[in-house]
Amino acid sequence: MHSLRFSAEEIIETIDMVKVERLDIRTITIGISLLDCVSDGVGPLCERIYDKVTRVAANLTRTSRAIGAEFGIPIVNNRISVTPISLIAGRATPDDFVAIARTLDRAADELGIDFIGGFSAQVEKGMTTGAANLIAAIPQALAATKRVCSSVNIGTTKAGLNMDAVAMMGRTVKETAALTAEQGSIGCAKLVVFCNAVQDNPFMAGAFHGTGEPDCVVNVGISGPGVVLRALEQADHADFGALATLIKRMAFKITRAGELVGRTASERLGIPFGIVDLSLAPTPAKGDSVARILEAMGLERVGTHGTTAALALLNDAVKKGGAMASSHVGGLSGAFIPVSEDEGMIEAAENGDISLDKLEAMTSVCSVGLDMIVIPGDTPAETISAIIADEAAIGMINRKTTAVRVIPAVGRQAGDLVEFGGLLGHARVIPVNTRSSAKFVARGGRIPAPLQALNN
Amino acid sequence: MPTSISSGRAIVTIIGLDRVGIIAAVTGALAEANVNILDISQSVLREEVFTMIMMVDLAKARVPYEELSTRLKDIGRDLKVQVEVQREDIFKAMHRI
Repeated sequence: MHSLRFSAEEIIETIDMVKVERLDIRTITIGISLLDCVSDGVGPLCERIYDKVTRVAANLTRTSRAIGAEFGIPIVNNRISVTPISLIAGRATPDDFVAIARTLDRAADELGIDFIGGFSAQVEKGMTTGAANLIAAIPQALAATKRVCSSVNIGTTKAGLNMDAVAMMGRTVKETAALTAEQGSIGCAKLVVFCNAVQDNPFMAGAFHGTGEPDCVVNVGISGPGVVLRALEQADHADFGALATLIKRMAFKITRAGELVGRTASERLGIPFGIVDLSLAPTPAKGDSVARILEAMGLERVGTHGTTAALALLNDAVKKGGAMASSHVGGLSGAFIPVSEDEGMIEAAENGDISLDKLEAMTSVCSVGLDMIVIPGDTPAETISAIIADEAAIGMINRKTTAVRVIPAVGRQAGDLVEFGGLLGHARVIPVNTRSSAKFVARGGRIPAPLQALNN
Repeated sequence: MPTSISSGRAIVTIIGLDRVGIIAAVTGALAEANVNILDISQSVLREEVFTMIMMVDLAKARVPYEELSTRLKDIGRDLKVQVEVQREDIFKAMHRI
């Protein structure tokens, strides 16, 4: 007689995680190198890009659907990340770059996936002509496409911050907002400005396929704030040590599920397995919220005093539990706090309980940055640049990835509601400090790389 | 690490209010698909909620996985119980180190 090998409690726990607590695999992302697509002209280049992307990922959605059904865990998104486009089109004009973006969009459409990332450039120390032209093309590219995501890395701990690029990105965000004004400036939801960008991130909008990666790779992003929330709700009187242990146990389990899905996808697609990104990624659905986890620790509302400490505990425990569950952890790995995509954050923003300043503080202890925050449409480009500079400084000094994805929604004032739909959610406009940063941003040059010793 | 794709075994879980014919319908569908039942356990985990868990062997199944899953879920819908069929690997991954 075979034994069941699992207790009824274990089996029901797994089923409840999916059915009640909304555990899902957030994304299977195939990273694809486009370095072998480099061509003499933009026409052949676009052909090669389209052919390679649609060939490598031809079976992605079908495979992912089958795996989800067999394991009983929904796989919510299938995505592609590609080599930063600035690297494969060094001589392209801004118009050429827009044509490449349209090609990526067409490939994503053909594959039936929602996002393709990698319309990107890395300019932390300086800017090639190709990178400058790509950045110039971003507003038009994001307005002309639905599925293309863009990111620009403007700083690293080793190189410092490229403040010329920071100034440029403030203007780029504004132009992107203007060109997509009629859809709530949604173009900005597909644009991330990074410090210390990672090469293997499976999450959008910041995913790209780094140059140190293999030709193709399967990366997986997990989710599961609901699982952690439910566990904490049942531990009302636990002290912090016990809370951390509980989170680690849950993170371990959901990461193992991600690892299994990633390895299975890798084997069936014939593409090597890269990493599991140990992230708690919220959605606008009720209970699928990182903010609610922080509140379950005893805070009346996310954003109040204690929020940063609660988030620090959560983020660290997720990593500790997840790190043991996976052979290769990578990507951004941590708790995400995208305001418009998290039901608890949306409510806090609605009531004015969370400020941009508190969100900035929170990003110093979690992944990843100021994310999906709607700011007034009349915010000057220089102020957006200064927001980027502050956030990048946190990343640079603390040797971590930080990012800015803010949406200056055209025509909207603080308190107005902006709706993006789907996973991107909705949010009230959060006010920014209206004192000018223009003179600071206009200085230009680079903020030098920081010392890596004397850490205080 | 759970590197093997599949042991060929799956766990069928039936959760719902107890009523006549549940086991007959599910085991009938499994037999029709040539799926061997390796073990069955039944318990009442929560008040009045009937839970039956079966370990089955899919190695000689005559229908593809998705087809089997659809058939079992249809039976569940008819009898107003929740029927899940999941490869064993997911439980091994989540509950065994």
